[in-house]
This record gives sequence, C-alpha cells and structure tokens, in this order.
Amino acid sequence: MAKKFIYLNRKAPYGTVYALESLEVVLIAAAFEQEVTLAFLDDGVYQIAKGQNPKALGMKNFSATYNALGDYGITQFYVERESLAERGLSEDDLMPIVYEDEDDDYAEKPSVRVVSRAEMAQIMADQDVTFSF
Amino acid sequence: MKYTLMVNEGPYQHQSSDTALQFARAALDKGHEIFRVFFYHDGVNNGTRLAVPPKDDRMLQKEWSELAEKHGLDLVICIAAAQRRGLMDASEAKRQGLTADNIAPGFRISGLGQLIEGGIESDRTLVFGD
Repeated sequence: MAKKFIYLNRKAPYGTVYALESLEVVLIAAAFEQEVTLAFLDDGVYQIAKGQNPKALGMKNFSATYNALGDYGITQFYVERESLAERGLSEDDLMPIVYEDEDDDYAEKPSVRVVSRAEMAQIMADQDVTFSF
Repeated sequence: MKYTLMVNEGPYQHQSSDTALQFARAALDKGHEIFRVFFYHDGVNNGTRLAVPPKDDRMLQKEWSELAEKHGLDLVICIAAAQRRGLMDASEAKRQGLTADNIAPGFRISGLGQLIEGGIESDRTLVFGD
C-alpha cells in the first residue's frame, strides 16, 4: 500500500541549498508510486513566488521546476496563509502552478491551495512520512 | 520498531549528527532496528575519513563508522549531495578522474531512492536537521 509522504519546505529558495536539494528529493520520490504532498511554510513560501531572478547571485533559477511537477503526478501544494500574510504576500504573489487532470479530460487545474495554520497541522497529522527541509 | 534516520547537517557546526548518533545508539540498545541512516545536504560530511578533530573533542565520523561496524548499520551518503561537496569513494573518484577518495569505513554512496525506500520500509522516519 502506498504511503503518504509530505515534504515541508520552510526556507527561502536562495541563500541556502535546502530548497534546491528538497526539490531533488521530490523529483526522485515521484518515481516511487507513493502519495506526495508539498507544504510551504515560513520563508518556504518564497520558493513558489512569482518573478524569481537570482541571476545576479550566480545561481540557477529552478522555480520553473515546481510547475513541471504536475507531469510527475505531484499535484498537491499546500501553502500556509499565515506565513504569506506575515511576509506581506498573498496568493496573487505565487506562481500559477497547474496540473492536467487525467480523470477530467486533461483539464488544467490549480495545484496550489492556500490553507490556514490549523488546516496545515491537520494535513501534517494525516501523513505517514514527513521530510522537513 | 524499524527506523530510518536522515541526517541533514555536517558534524560539529550543528548538533544534528550528535543527536542522530545518540538516538541510533539508544534505539539499538533498546532492541530496535535501524533500517538505514541517510546523509543529505551537508550531512554527507559525516562520512569523510579525513577529519582530525582536537584530541579532547568527540570524533563524530569515527563514531559513526564504529557504530556501523558493531551493528551492521547501513550508512548511505547521497551521491548528488556528495558530488557537490567533494565526498568520494574509490570508484566514484576514478569515474570522475580524481586522484583521491575520502569516504570513511562503513559508509557507502548511493542515490536518493535509498531515502524514499527507507521511508517506505520503516515504521518511523526521523529527520535530524538544523
């Protein structure tokens, strides 16, 4: 039976390597036929913010990869509302990440769901395996 | 209970390697099983045999190797993270055309699939990070 894996992303996309290496784990995890959920909290919400441009830092902009995860069957992105608000951000500041729903004539559907801190706690509690980055 | 441990920080700079090591010892003493210890991010630096800490300090890399030998632990270093940080075994060094390797006894280098497999096969997966 498939297990439920959640990947907690808590850190900004640049400045440390956690976000990039977390994404590398998620891409491998997609091959294992397990249920995969991504959560973005704290500064981790910046990982899926629009308009990233780390060129001046000499770093690779890997943000487009999040939008490709739908093709790997990863379609559940939960973003904590309070983390956005604490940073002066709203859902409009996030990339419009979508997936094609095989069961609904490949209709494009949003992968990102903004949830409250209390809802996020419940989502975490429902998992079998939690990886925190 | 069957555990997989993930160690995400290097030795000395952060406590996570110490905590993971102490947890592994305590769990084994209580008769639990450690399915695998997976080293990721700077955690791969726990697997170098070239560390020479001061004599009055603990020797984390050596302690991991000794625990692995005593209990047959599977200590896995992520290859992608290791390549970025210069952790090599003999075959990887040869493949990359490098003149030296530095992996400590008891460790092996493999892929991220080993971490996911650990999550699937174990009752609990514990992350030791910052």
